Amino acid sequence: MAVKTEPVTINLGPQHPSTHGVFRLRVKFDGEVVLDVEPVFGYLHRGTEKLAESRTYVQIVTLTDRLDYTASMSNNLSYVLAVEKLAGIEAPERAQYIRVICAELARISSHLMATGFLLNDLGAFATPLMYCFRERERILDLFEMLCGARITVSYMRPGGVLQDPPDDFWPALTRINDDLPQYFDELESLITGNEIVLARTRDVGTISAEHAINASISGPILRATGVQWDVRRADPYEIYDRLDFDIPIGAVGDTFDRYLVRIQEMRESVKIIRQCIEQTPDGPYRADAPWFIRAPEGDAYAAVEGPKGELGFYMVSDGDISPYRCKIRAPSFINLTALTDMLVGWKMGDLITIFGSLDVVLGEVDR
Amino acid sequence: MYGVGLIKGLGVTIKNLILPGRQFTIHQYPDRKIGPIGLARMEGKNPLAFALSRPGETLKAMMGLVSVPDKRQDQHPRFRGEEFSWYDNRCTGCASCAKYCPLGIIKIVTSPSETAMQEGDKYAIDVFDIDIGRCMFCGLCVEACPYDALHMGSGFEEGTYTRAELVINVDMLKAAPKKPSQWFRPQLTSQNYNPLDSDGKEASSQDVHRHEKPSQSDQEKTWGQR
Repeated sequence: MAVKTEPVTINLGPQHPSTHGVFRLRVKFDGEVVLDVEPVFGYLHRGTEKLAESRTYVQIVTLTDRLDYTASMSNNLSYVLAVEKLAGIEAPERAQYIRVICAELARISSHLMATGFLLNDLGAFATPLMYCFRERERILDLFEMLCGARITVSYMRPGGVLQDPPDDFWPALTRINDDLPQYFDELESLITGNEIVLARTRDVGTISAEHAINASISGPILRATGVQWDVRRADPYEIYDRLDFDIPIGAVGDTFDRYLVRIQEMRESVKIIRQCIEQTPDGPYRADAPWFIRAPEGDAYAAVEGPKGELGFYMVSDGDISPYRCKIRAPSFINLTALTDMLVGWKMGDLITIFGSLDVVLGEVDR
Repeated sequence: MYGVGLIKGLGVTIKNLILPGRQFTIHQYPDRKIGPIGLARMEGKNPLAFALSRPGETLKAMMGLVSVPDKRQDQHPRFRGEEFSWYDNRCTGCASCAKYCPLGIIKIVTSPSETAMQEGDKYAIDVFDIDIGRCMFCGLCVEACPYDALHMGSGFEEGTYTRAELVINVDMLKAAPKKPSQWFRPQLTSQNYNPLDSDGKEASSQDVHRHEKPSQSDQEKTWGQR
């Protein structure tokens, strides 16, 4: 006798811890197999782009901290670059080096968090996460040393950085930078060879390179599919053209490749920071930019390679002290567009893993 | 061979459990009890060696009698926190901080003082309210102050029961302990002044001031053409 069955729709979120924030998935299941996924977001919408229109250019820096709160420095950098392009300000060389160091530290801390939470989603509850957070903690301590805050840094300003790093920053940075590779080794020996992780992540949530490009996915997810696209190399900003680093790519674009690309990117970041420490010149750290910047009429777009992908700010000015329009290209949001195609056909447990491997930050998705 | 990766991973966990010198991920609160392994790690020793050299303390820790010493984690001198340091004698009531605050949480009401304004006297400050319940500690008010009258503080344990209590008024600002943060105060950095060091020197009201007056052209550069 055939039992009559029908698909069940389940709400995942918005308060589900594995959704990394307030994100809701309406999933249609056939038994345990995902039939259809409908992402629902907007729970964290704060109207950042609209708020920016009523603030001066320096005040908006504080808003950018709150987009991708795992890597505030990258957001600051992207915004500041856009304003510099708009207003025609040239940052001093020392400031550029300091900003690159900060952005790379932010990348490491964000990738550590992504790796830790991927393992958390796999069911390795808290232990690998705590290892990742231990390292991240030291990076956040560096940020506190620089600017007095750990997450909401507001450190960069159009035309440089707010304050020169204190004297004890450089030895501390060198120490952490030398320690980090051994942490990554430890993390890799914990995860990369682990049979359970391999069984759960290999060939799970695969996305092809063509599909990823069509959906304009960027960042580690795109690179895991084997496309060597990195804004730092494709359109070098700041002083990245002087630095020697590799762009790690994956083979098939599954969850495991995304994890591996992140680990390798962190190693590259350590290399970049090491070169920056050697090359940082003395000199001014902030250009002579007025506090109330009056950008000439026009528009500018500046993108950086953030931890999640291409993070860009498009600013339009009408000559006033605040922008006429501010559009944020948030990588997490655009990376979500291929979520449905990645998830359909997988089981409920894989849904959490695949979503975790996308490394979505809801502060950025909802803005 | 299947399972090698698992054993390797277990090795990492055991290494982290036993080896000293691995940092605490979570710093414990002072009233929390500490176990023998935690105690040994705090001393920077191998738990086994620690147990052999100081068996009494290890036993006490196993019975849950040892609490974490009341030692705070070091903050950095630039830490941006509560307890704003405001210098009454320097504030002219220009309300630059209020204009610059992205959230508009600083309220300033001034009245002309009795004496001659032309001879360099300043406004009397009647109201100076900072609603730190909405403050995000970005420090832009400090950056905006042209006379170095307002500094961030270093406090972070100022919980209250109501939101209304979070509004700091002018009397509280006057009475507050002056522990200015080094945030955006390069002159404090150059003096190696640490606001959190209770034994160290307390910066006088003059020391935290910028000493040289900026020239007219410098001011124009910084503040934009008017």
